[in-house]
Amino acid sequence: MLNGNHSSSFISFLRRTSTYLILLVILVWFALLSPEFLTVGNLLTIALQTSLVALVAIGMTLTIITGGIDLSVGSVAALSGALAAGLATRGGLGTYPGLLIGLLTGLGMGFLNGAMIVWGRIPPFVATLASMAIARGLTLVYTQGRPIAGLDKTFTFWGGQGALGIPVPVWVLIVVAFLAYFLLKHTPLGLHIYAVGGGEETTRLAGVNVGLVKFSVYLISGLCAALSGLILTARLWSAQPNIGVGLELDAIAAAVLGGTSLAGGVGGIPGTLAGAFIIGVLSNGLNLLEMPSYNQQVVKGMVFILAVMLDYFIKQRQAKPKGNPAD
Amino acid sequence: MTEIAIPRLKLEHIYKSFPGVQAVSDVSLNVYGHQILALVGENGAGKSTLMNIVNGVVPLDSGKIYLDGQLVSIPSPRRALELGITMIHQELALIPELTVGQNIFLGREPRRWGIGVDWKRLYAQAQRELDRLGIEVSAQATIADLSIAQRQLVEIAKALSYNARLIALDEPTSSLTSRETDTLFRLVRSLREEGVALIYISHRLEEVFELADRIAVMRDGHLVAVGNASEFTPAEVVRLMVGRELAEFFPKVPAKRGEPVLKAVNLKAGREVRGVSLELHRGEIVGLAGLVGSGRTNVARLLFGADRLEGGEIWFEGRQVHLRSPQDAIRLGIGLVPEDRKAQGLFAGQSVRYNAGAGLIQRLSRWGFIRFQAVNRIVRELVERLRVRTPHLNQKVRNLSGGNQQKVIIARWLGLNPRVLILDEPTRGVDVGAKAEIHALMSELAAQGMAILMISSELPEILGVSDRILVMREGRIVAELSREEATQDRIMQAATGQL
Repeated sequence: MLNGNHSSSFISFLRRTSTYLILLVILVWFALLSPEFLTVGNLLTIALQTSLVALVAIGMTLTIITGGIDLSVGSVAALSGALAAGLATRGGLGTYPGLLIGLLTGLGMGFLNGAMIVWGRIPPFVATLASMAIARGLTLVYTQGRPIAGLDKTFTFWGGQGALGIPVPVWVLIVVAFLAYFLLKHTPLGLHIYAVGGGEETTRLAGVNVGLVKFSVYLISGLCAALSGLILTARLWSAQPNIGVGLELDAIAAAVLGGTSLAGGVGGIPGTLAGAFIIGVLSNGLNLLEMPSYNQQVVKGMVFILAVMLDYFIKQRQAKPKGNPAD
Repeated sequence: MTEIAIPRLKLEHIYKSFPGVQAVSDVSLNVYGHQILALVGENGAGKSTLMNIVNGVVPLDSGKIYLDGQLVSIPSPRRALELGITMIHQELALIPELTVGQNIFLGREPRRWGIGVDWKRLYAQAQRELDRLGIEVSAQATIADLSIAQRQLVEIAKALSYNARLIALDEPTSSLTSRETDTLFRLVRSLREEGVALIYISHRLEEVFELADRIAVMRDGHLVAVGNASEFTPAEVVRLMVGRELAEFFPKVPAKRGEPVLKAVNLKAGREVRGVSLELHRGEIVGLAGLVGSGRTNVARLLFGADRLEGGEIWFEGRQVHLRSPQDAIRLGIGLVPEDRKAQGLFAGQSVRYNAGAGLIQRLSRWGFIRFQAVNRIVRELVERLRVRTPHLNQKVRNLSGGNQQKVIIARWLGLNPRVLILDEPTRGVDVGAKAEIHALMSELAAQGMAILMISSELPEILGVSDRILVMREGRIVAELSREEATQDRIMQAATGQL
């Protein structure tokens, strides 16, 4: 074992920054391997591609901090996109009412999740697994399994270029990430989200409305999923019934890479963003290196394992000098 | 006192039943400000239920609660806090991931601009509260980084920050060292001076008599006695609690010391164990005393192969052994009843049958199939032999009292016929009756030739049960005392280094 305070403070530094270090290492690695990688155009592409996962991962992080999970996000994204596109075009409601209904769909699915978990006392994994199937099913019923095209410019604006040359989805991500960060770190609800994950009964005994806290995180997660779905629909110029398949896994991976504990009580927005960018940068870099997409999956899985193992290793190194607190 | 004081809390004919149990039956009790009332009784006597009623955790069936003379209803924990009633639970109610300040003000954070938490004010107020009580903890420290004792003090600060008029403490010293206990007692007494009414729940009668102004004894849901502490003797209180005479607290059968079984030579592991040598003989109970944190538990875990040895040797029946895992230790016949029953000893959601039989399953399997009949037969024998009080073998272990849970863990080991049994705080949170039974069982096992190492923070237990006593301090064994020469003072002097 290493000696002294010097090393333990170094380890605690590693512990706090491991996600960012991994991101940095990957960035440097690809920059060295591919000349196109470190160009403004490519970095904006990465940001644009990552924003979809990152938005969902922000909502996911909140649910995971409370000790829950939201598996329905991918399906909710597809349902929101389909309803918004359908109502805006063939429904004849116009773009903005359509987008609004898309967002309300996300909130509605979040409400369903919250109701099952808080009132029905169904474990989050099971409840959101069910709503994942329901939302996907509704999407297929509504679209008859076919894409909905014919979106106007006000709709596709949300997937396109925005101010300062930065894509609109990235602006949306910046705003949402800032709001979520403020929520977690500076509001009572944020504190209670951590508290519920750290000890639900204790939180209840302190007089906090635990049900309301849980409801909030599933509503927010549903809203984030809807936003992601609408943006993806706008980018594709059409609603595709099968978008967002596996999105929940990327979002969970981003949160866990970012240091959010699946046991609850620990995590944060900056880490999750870094986690999402690790995933985004890997996809982008491997594409530039012309690795076939099937092989990419294997590499991504291995990087995920390495990152989580490194995190665990650092945590143990840090925890050990303290010894067993009970004796 | 000339004036007739209005009780802070007045309970009148409180009744509460759960399916199949009358948990509290016709309890009427007064608790006064400026006083410490000790509430004692065996586990399952109804103390916790009564306190949960007062704290709004469970509703009462019938009866009246008065606070400072006014009839109140307490439908929720929140309402209890608003009324100034707080409870410090045996299992600490702090969230380890949050800071001290966040825990203290959880659910009533000071706001800024209506939406944000005013962190500056929160930490300043929390720090003031801590300083006022002389608790040397930073409000910004994370709970997970604090010792159990510090957490306990933070709990008290949290309770007081609600302007508590009535504080109930449930077994607050069960994991404290004696020095930490002194700090806690000072705090409790100064709260009494300030006029707070205190209810103190403890199994440790020495503490009860040291602290309490009045004593209330519960048994089977009834209040069987209440009066000034000076009117009781410890023996009387025990008799009232268990409803029968206990000949002696710690019955001891003198054992015949046999040949050595387990020998440790200069064990080292991290900062906790810095060169420990000891020897266990057949037929003897060795008590391992020392303050919490002195390395006792670490030694136990090393002898059980649960932690990695960094230096030293372990010898079993004359040959050196390398314990790489608990499996290795179990194969040799070494058992460990761990300190933290819930986290390390029990499968809480499983049945008595599963918990007591868990160790047997592999041994009693044939071609990969569990021979359930054989397991059942042995489990039934063990449960009867140890007198585990359970309605049936399929009862979930978490529904048993602490004493019976502990017996189930011991039963699991006995099924494996171990040569050496290590017990870490075997009677923590266990009521007097079950405690005496566990002690009697240990003596019996030793008499049959088992070697027993018992870790305990309770000196009377160490003195009562052990044939030989080892005292640890800062990772080393600093004293070895025979049963005859050991006294509380000598052990404490060795444990604290004040020779």
